Amino acid sequence: MSEHNDKDILVRIRGLRIEGQSGDHWTEIVHGVDLDLHKGEVLGLIGESGAGKSTIGLAAMGFARDGCRITGGEILFDGTDLAKAGEDEKRKIWGARIAYVAQSAAAAFNPAHRLIDQFTEAPVQHGLSSRAQSEEEAKALFARLQLPDPDGIGLRYPHQVSGGQLQRAMTAMAMSCKPDLIIFDEPTTALDVTTQIEVLAAIRDAVEAFDTAAIYITHDLAVVAQMADRIMVLRHGNLVEEGETRAMLAAPKEDYTRDLLSVRSFRRPEHPIPAGEAPLLKVDNVTAAYGDVPVLHGVSVDIHRKRTVAIVGESGSGKSTLARVITGLLPAKSGAVSYDGEEMPLSYKQRGKDQLRRMQMIYQMPDTALNPRQRIRDVIGRPVSFYLGLTGKQLEDRVRELLTMIELDPDDYIDRLTTELSGGQKQRICIARALAAEPQLIICDEVTSALDQLVAEDILKLLQRLQDDLGLSYMFITHDLATVRAIADEVVVMYQGKVVEHGPKTEMFKPPHHDYTDLLLSSVPEMDPDWLDKLLADRAEQAKQGRVLKAADH
Amino acid sequence: MAQIMKMVAQRFALGFLTLFVVSLIIFLGIELLPGDIAEEILGQGATPETVAAFRRELGLDVPAHIRYVEWLWNMLQGDMGRSLANKREISELIGLRFGNTLFLAVTAAAISVPLALTLGVLAALYRYSFYDRAVNVVTLSSISFPEFFVAYILIFFLAVTYPVFPSIANISDATPFWDKVYKVLLPALTLTLVVVAHMMRMTRAAIINLLASPYIEMANLKGLSRARIIVKHALPNALAPIINVVVINLAYLIVGVVVVEVVFVYPGLGQLMVDSVSKRDLPVVQASAMIFAGTYVLLNLLADILSILTNPRLLHPR
Repeated sequence: MSEHNDKDILVRIRGLRIEGQSGDHWTEIVHGVDLDLHKGEVLGLIGESGAGKSTIGLAAMGFARDGCRITGGEILFDGTDLAKAGEDEKRKIWGARIAYVAQSAAAAFNPAHRLIDQFTEAPVQHGLSSRAQSEEEAKALFARLQLPDPDGIGLRYPHQVSGGQLQRAMTAMAMSCKPDLIIFDEPTTALDVTTQIEVLAAIRDAVEAFDTAAIYITHDLAVVAQMADRIMVLRHGNLVEEGETRAMLAAPKEDYTRDLLSVRSFRRPEHPIPAGEAPLLKVDNVTAAYGDVPVLHGVSVDIHRKRTVAIVGESGSGKSTLARVITGLLPAKSGAVSYDGEEMPLSYKQRGKDQLRRMQMIYQMPDTALNPRQRIRDVIGRPVSFYLGLTGKQLEDRVRELLTMIELDPDDYIDRLTTELSGGQKQRICIARALAAEPQLIICDEVTSALDQLVAEDILKLLQRLQDDLGLSYMFITHDLATVRAIADEVVVMYQGKVVEHGPKTEMFKPPHHDYTDLLLSSVPEMDPDWLDKLLADRAEQAKQGRVLKAADH
Repeated sequence: MAQIMKMVAQRFALGFLTLFVVSLIIFLGIELLPGDIAEEILGQGATPETVAAFRRELGLDVPAHIRYVEWLWNMLQGDMGRSLANKREISELIGLRFGNTLFLAVTAAAISVPLALTLGVLAALYRYSFYDRAVNVVTLSSISFPEFFVAYILIFFLAVTYPVFPSIANISDATPFWDKVYKVLLPALTLTLVVVAHMMRMTRAAIINLLASPYIEMANLKGLSRARIIVKHALPNALAPIINVVVINLAYLIVGVVVVEVVFVYPGLGQLMVDSVSKRDLPVVQASAMIFAGTYVLLNLLADILSILTNPRLLHPR
């Protein structure tokens, strides 16, 4: 930071304390954080959920969400203390000098107004520009952010624009008043990995072009490595470590930072298929549709015993629909699903209890997959008594045994409500519930997507141990290729309802492949701060040779 | 647009079915009432022979199901028939009364809808403030009193103590427009006090419901004024539920105002219908019921069309 001097400081936060409301009392969630941001600098705030990174990011604007309040410290923005500034004073600064880019552009754009009306609103209301002038600037910015049809896209409503485009339109909107500072709050978290690249590149380009300072909030260290000059690692509302991006990635000082850095290093060796063995589950040329809309086109997948098959693809590629077809929740229009050599009825309604028992599911959102009014005893006990007919003492013993398997102390947890658990613990209960039926195959639908990376890694290790101990097969649906690298034996790539490629993991991670597979694989961010530059250069090179690797909906 | 057309067609089909069912229920209901129009008109002293002769003259000796089918057939051809009580064409009789009812409803709506929306938006803007609580207390009190009570209170203050308005709203075709407005103002005010609470509270609730949305937070962080956020960002997204409540109240203003008409001696359709029921003048009751039911069907259809028009997702598909 030697090149900066104090004159360049745009934001100086000292001793920031924020309280959050839980029930009727307030508890401190940010405990005296200091932050300096220089003009034109990009600062990355990183941490897991509950670290306070979004709260701090918003506090840099002097804003606290409902249920939060700033209780101490000063937030100096260009000399004004936003912690003490009045509502009117702050509203003059918001939008005009500090702008905000939200996580979900689809939710943060008003569905009732056209994009151009929302773009021009801040400049016109702040009296910085006329409507006509602002419209011209919008077109230029839309073009700069590489939105298709920059002259016409503003006339569309938010629902008429894809997620990646909307996120860039929101960045354009944030720049509509040429602010000194933009807060990016997880702007690519809700996007597919293939779409993320273009958004990251566009944001970085625009921030550099206008020399805007930015606070970039994310939980993904690999993403922040591409974007930030400097990184602050946060945990439980405290600063863990702060430093220049390259220096920190090369030599992290704290254990926690090291854990975050190594999170993607968990690997499991591939488990070979025994020669001549028939698959446990055979999905043969299955077609399915929601009403008249076809979703799956002739999909075939084999899953062998004790193996993990990862189904990868972006949202809308039909991964979860395939799970619904296999479990019979959505009966296939044609094709066959066989289990252990026996063809299964296509609808779960026609399947027998034992057919249902042998295949279980774990879902993405443990919060919604568990009944909030039930105790863990009942959640896990229900499948035990339903499928296996155990009662009384035997039932209780089995529930305790299952809790021990998922590494939760039975005495402590058996009578808790499901709402009294953390996200990772909830997902463990979901795993125990699936295990309670003593299945051979478990379908895991994005089971780690809603979890923090360190927690997710523990869940993957648990699943791994259970597979080794119990001889389970997994069908692992995910869009996260780091997860695939960690636990898959075999990879199936889905795109627009078709299987575009499949094979053993070791082969799948070595290019060249089908265009879509290569696009998907190369889009996974890496810790190397030069990764995005290299990737864009590489893709530009390939495009010259006529091979365009770009997300269809970018 | 094709979608709206399809919906309109479906609703009309369903509406006709509703009207048919309503006409059956009304017909059966009147048949089940003790006595008929012949006994009502001739009174207790009439001999059975005169009653029977009168019935024959009115065509009431024909079995009920045949009378119903005849009525239905005429109705389908647009002929509402004649009143049994005074032999006048029902269309003429009702046309005048329905016009009066509509006039009162429109006047009441013209006052109450803008008032309710404004109060609701302001209540959302200054929620939990003294103003918000005061508006809630006043509107909820006015809706809690029976209509006739509100009407008499207004008459007491605005017609008796301070004679600003007439206490009887007797209008006819010949009354000039502004004179009419002046005469119906008291009943219209009564109705306003009765309907404003619903609409106001729904406006407030629908807007407050949206204030936790990310796009409202975004509007805040763009530095827009609070009033602009409520009016430009929350209100357009809250219109669908508001429209529904407004339309239900409009229907009430047309269909449910008999008590107010009676208090102010206003020659509306509701009063005509009540009189006709007591006289057992079946064709008039039937025709009035058809008009009321049709009003409901049409207004609900209007609400649905407006809800689509205010929703860009439906109006501008991808």
